[in-house]
Amino acid sequence: MIPLAVRQQLNEAHARGDYGPLLGLIPYAGLIGIECQRQGDELLFRLPANPDNIGNPLLPAIHGGVVAGFMELSAALYLLIHSDSVSIPKIIDFSIDYLRAAHLRDTFAHCQLWRQGRRVTNVAITAWQAERDTPVATARAHFKIEPQKPLK
Amino acid sequence: MNQTPLIAMAERFLSALRHCQLLQMRVVDADDQGITLILPWSQAIVGNPQTGAVHGGALTTLLDTTCGMATLCVLPRFEVCPTLDLRIDYMHAAQPHKAIYAHAHCYRVTHDVIFTRASAYQDDATQPICQVVGTFMRLGGDIKGGLDVGKHLSEPRR
Repeated sequence: MIPLAVRQQLNEAHARGDYGPLLGLIPYAGLIGIECQRQGDELLFRLPANPDNIGNPLLPAIHGGVVAGFMELSAALYLLIHSDSVSIPKIIDFSIDYLRAAHLRDTFAHCQLWRQGRRVTNVAITAWQAERDTPVATARAHFKIEPQKPLK
Repeated sequence: MNQTPLIAMAERFLSALRHCQLLQMRVVDADDQGITLILPWSQAIVGNPQTGAVHGGALTTLLDTTCGMATLCVLPRFEVCPTLDLRIDYMHAAQPHKAIYAHAHCYRVTHDVIFTRASAYQDDATQPICQVVGTFMRLGGDIKGGLDVGKHLSEPRR
């Protein structure tokens, strides 16, 4: 269950469009440096360029696992804010296609909720760097959520 | 652990990956059947502060690295092999304060592509935290920087 204080923090963060305190609760979010901002009704996630995230020293490029972690975390945060789950969404499976190298520069992510069922949600995530229409990776994830009213 | 040339090469490869160093990942074992890496538990990789469970991103980094490095076990010489795709199934959450192991092997090697499979576990390899399949592109040894890395990695073998 999401503690009441956290739910309150969530609502306040969304109302103010300042997600910093919320992200501060998740150590992994701080490790990779994810940021979140509201653009109208949309949420835009940003992963600032950070040499600690490098996984390919030749290019250099961001580690594929960090790109995936950034996208998975974006999807989970998106669901926390947009779904009415009473618990923290639990990842069931995650599938990612790497389209081009993610160079050492800021990376952005956008989520699309394709289906919200009673227990499972399907979210697609797109990540890009310079151009939004030339993504560095696309992914989709299933999360288990808890309905507010128990199932019969 | 016997320090074989393959293990030494894998350790040099891993030591060049900055984010893996940040996560304190190490090589446990490697042979022609596959490779095993370890990810120690730390507060910094926790994704659920209520339970202390490690975030899927840290697991994905461990599994992507392990699958990618499994290509070292099957190729006659070093090739740069970027990840084409990964699919991860989460069986259950990782227990806090315990290291996570990942074992990967290549089950099919073609001219262009290498198919890998891996699982991550803590105490019992038959009770995996997650399972993954990943496909890697073979770029050959001749791309810019590729051969140099290969030479550098295999230097002490002579």
